[in-house]
Amino acid sequence: MGRKLDPAKEKRGPGRKARKQKGAETEVARFLPAAGDESSKRLSSRARKRAAKRRLGSAEALEMPKFPGAKPFPGKLPKGVSGGAVQTPGKKGAQSLLRASQGKKRPAPTHSSEEEEEEDDSEEDDVVNQGGLWDSEDSDADMIDDYGADSTSEDDDEGEELLPIERAARKQKAQEAVAGSQWSEEETEEEEEEAEEESPESGPQKNDETDGGLQINVDEEEPFVLPSAGEMEQDAQTPDLQRIHKRIQDIVAVLRDFGTQREEGRSRSEYLHRLQKDLATYYSYGDFLLGKLMDLFPLSELVEFLEANEVPRPITLRTNTLKTRRRDLAQALINRGVNLDPLGKWSKTGLVVYDSSVPIGATPEYLAGHYMLQGASSMLPVMALAPQEHERILDMCCAPGGKTSYIAQLMKNTGVILANDANAERLKSVVGNLHRLGVTNTIISHYDGRQFPKVVGGFDRVLLDAPCSGTGVISKDPAVKTNKDEKDILRCAHLQKELLLSAIDSVNATSKTGGYLVYCTCSIMVEENEWVVDYALKKRNVRLVPTGLDFGQEGFTRFRERRFHPTLRSTRRFYPHTHNMDGFFIAKFKKFSNSIPQSQTGNSAASTPTNLDLPEVKDQMTPKPKGSSHPAKKARVAVKAKQQLQKRQHPKKASFQKQNGISKGTDSSSPTVSCDTKSQASSKLQDSSQPAQKAEVIRGPKVPRKLKQQSAMPQASKKVGFRKQNASRGTDTEVPVLSLSKTQAALKPEDCDQPLGNSKRAEKVKQQLPEQPFKKAAFRKHNGTPKGPETSTVSLLSSSRPPPAKRRKSQSRGSSHLSS
Amino acid sequence: MRPLTEEETRVMFEKIAKYIGENLQLLVDRPDGTYCFRLHNDRVYYKILKLAANISGDKLVSLGTCFGKFTKTHKFRLHITALDYLAPYAKYKVWIKPGAEQSFLYGNHVLKSGLGRITENTCQYQGVVVYSMADVPLGFGVAAKSTQDCRKVDPMAIVVFHQADIGEYVRHEETLT
Repeated sequence: MGRKLDPAKEKRGPGRKARKQKGAETEVARFLPAAGDESSKRLSSRARKRAAKRRLGSAEALEMPKFPGAKPFPGKLPKGVSGGAVQTPGKKGAQSLLRASQGKKRPAPTHSSEEEEEEDDSEEDDVVNQGGLWDSEDSDADMIDDYGADSTSEDDDEGEELLPIERAARKQKAQEAVAGSQWSEEETEEEEEEAEEESPESGPQKNDETDGGLQINVDEEEPFVLPSAGEMEQDAQTPDLQRIHKRIQDIVAVLRDFGTQREEGRSRSEYLHRLQKDLATYYSYGDFLLGKLMDLFPLSELVEFLEANEVPRPITLRTNTLKTRRRDLAQALINRGVNLDPLGKWSKTGLVVYDSSVPIGATPEYLAGHYMLQGASSMLPVMALAPQEHERILDMCCAPGGKTSYIAQLMKNTGVILANDANAERLKSVVGNLHRLGVTNTIISHYDGRQFPKVVGGFDRVLLDAPCSGTGVISKDPAVKTNKDEKDILRCAHLQKELLLSAIDSVNATSKTGGYLVYCTCSIMVEENEWVVDYALKKRNVRLVPTGLDFGQEGFTRFRERRFHPTLRSTRRFYPHTHNMDGFFIAKFKKFSNSIPQSQTGNSAASTPTNLDLPEVKDQMTPKPKGSSHPAKKARVAVKAKQQLQKRQHPKKASFQKQNGISKGTDSSSPTVSCDTKSQASSKLQDSSQPAQKAEVIRGPKVPRKLKQQSAMPQASKKVGFRKQNASRGTDTEVPVLSLSKTQAALKPEDCDQPLGNSKRAEKVKQQLPEQPFKKAAFRKHNGTPKGPETSTVSLLSSSRPPPAKRRKSQSRGSSHLSS
Repeated sequence: MRPLTEEETRVMFEKIAKYIGENLQLLVDRPDGTYCFRLHNDRVYYKILKLAANISGDKLVSLGTCFGKFTKTHKFRLHITALDYLAPYAKYKVWIKPGAEQSFLYGNHVLKSGLGRITENTCQYQGVVVYSMADVPLGFGVAAKSTQDCRKVDPMAIVVFHQADIGEYVRHEETLT
């Protein structure tokens, strides 16, 4: 209401005002900036008034503080000149800019309080302008403001290149630095020291920043300065969490842009060390675990991970399809007052509970066995395992029974599940859960998992949810933060390796529908996950296959100084902060041969696929003593064949060649090789591009011979066998890959010796080839291969019977899979 | 683990027959396979015949479904874990009101005020299976009154003696095995 005074507006029209003397307007126009100074934009009346004030104000001296005792934000702002805190009602606009020009710290909280105080007074939208310094937009933009350009600038040489705002900011920072040395009595002595330390450095640093960096008109703190050692000790005694939190954020920001934001004289490791200590204090972690986490995650993710561990994951449950359907269950629970949703596209039986008015673990539906409370990540390994009906399944560490019951419901209570756990008390919960859920096809046993293939073996699929350090479920058990150290992790890893080998031995590779093993842990440590998997790949005839889970992070193929097999990419990792489920690791193996390669010291013996029938081997084979172990024979033959045979190497992936010359694939028609990375690499290395004709020829007669124990191997693996036969020199021995079984007894002993020397040499020659990581391994391997029959590695799994001498025909005594 | 003796089988069948009567035969001759009972550590397990059972005694914890156990005086006590097999064949059923569900699940007897429905011609001391109004089996018990008596009796009188309920899965987890 009221007449708007808009002096610049021209009065037009026939009325009295148009004829009025132009007194007022012309007076005001004196203060208005000349048209040329302003942008061409026509300013509103208030804008013009503000501009006028600014011109007046910039010529004034510093306003004296009206609030001498204004408290600054603790620990944040230098207090020194607090004059900017107060504004007179009429001059807010000018003052906000004044502050900028005079380098007063923006006391944000005091400012806001004053806004409230004086809100009544200022109906103008200067409130907006008060935020002008941190709110980089002036609502009426385009106010040209010299920002105190008349004050001295410290960098005169660069002054002219900078925009006025940059100059002002720099000036302000300089003044803050000066002001920073003045602290109020509320500040603790520590902070004073720190501030004093900081301020001298902050000045030049800020100037550096403003020169090169992006100018943002936000409330920039002084650049972070690492506290000295003395202060760190003080911190240890009296941790101020807020301060530590802020320091964490600062250090992360510095490290993100280390080149420009670093403090001179401080190395990156000092920052990291400080960060580690701060994170450990703030989130209550032990130093060891936090160090491990820092290795695992980049800094931004690290903080998210730590934050996610403070918060529990949402409660999820799994519908028991043996008794009900998800739809009906959801309806029944909603009727009881539970707020829930389907879990996601990837699960047909999962539900996530947002909140509930009844205890979700005690509803009549729960007691009737209609659902099971289970973490979302625990559903994944069973989905990866994909059990089929009428199979024999082993669940080695089943407590409390969630995964076992999921397996049973997928199998629709057919087949047999052997649910085992080593902990007797937790077995009670397994019994209870399985009975409650109506699972009838399960036997529950109480063995140590490592006893497994001896007690009973030959399962179609095995699930191993190995006991672990629990670093993925810190949100469930915060004690893990502090009570885990190096020994615990290594002990866990050792146990997991043993269990995994037992589990692999319990799988029947020749199963018609199976032969799979899923290994999972609820840990995110590489020592318990990728390392264990890699170990198993080297030690047994298994290979990794895709898990079938299309989300989740891929496992590492290298980590710090370790290198893992490339197929580890098919394993999956889950994190609390990215997937909102417990930390988890899942790997799915396929076993392709029931024989167990005998590990050799030094992990040597290049995989040497050998042909069962080597009559065509022209090379002199020294007769082998029959007493030599089969594996030795096979290895020798394999080695020899490898070098002798000139094969074209097909770069096949996903076939492992056993280091020790275990061959898989009973026959040329279906060779499969398991190898570890090194052998594969070495085989590749050693592969010579030699025609495979000889192989072809030799293979011909072999085709009809099939080993009974032949696993179903993909045809591609046959080529792998070819590949393995690397021989730098042409030989006409063919070396298809064989399954390591009794049939390999048929390997000619005579095949072995001679080529061994050749192969060694050949392989050593090949060492020069590129592929660095494998070179040494291959070399080591070869060195390990002894000349004599006792070398090699291959030993039959159930080599209880003496190997028959020189048998050509494959005899699957069935011992391998029966005894396994 | 061994098969049941004649005597034991007789005792057990008598008990089960209290609840499901002659449908007992259906328990054994099921269309999807032959099931049998085995005794292990005084507990009777019901399992499909083919379920491989070559696990040594001391390490075997459970096998198929546990029906119940024999007491030291060789009486047979039926456990709640047998409910899944009793419920479909039950001859006499009792439905209780939603308000009385919780009470029953805590192990209390069913009062007349909580009684929703009851099968006709239920005799006194007849084995009954208790359901919720949504037809979810909650447990089993023994009828304290015949159906006619139930109509006449006052609301605070017990009509079903509690014997087992599914709340025991949570309350008595340790004793299930």
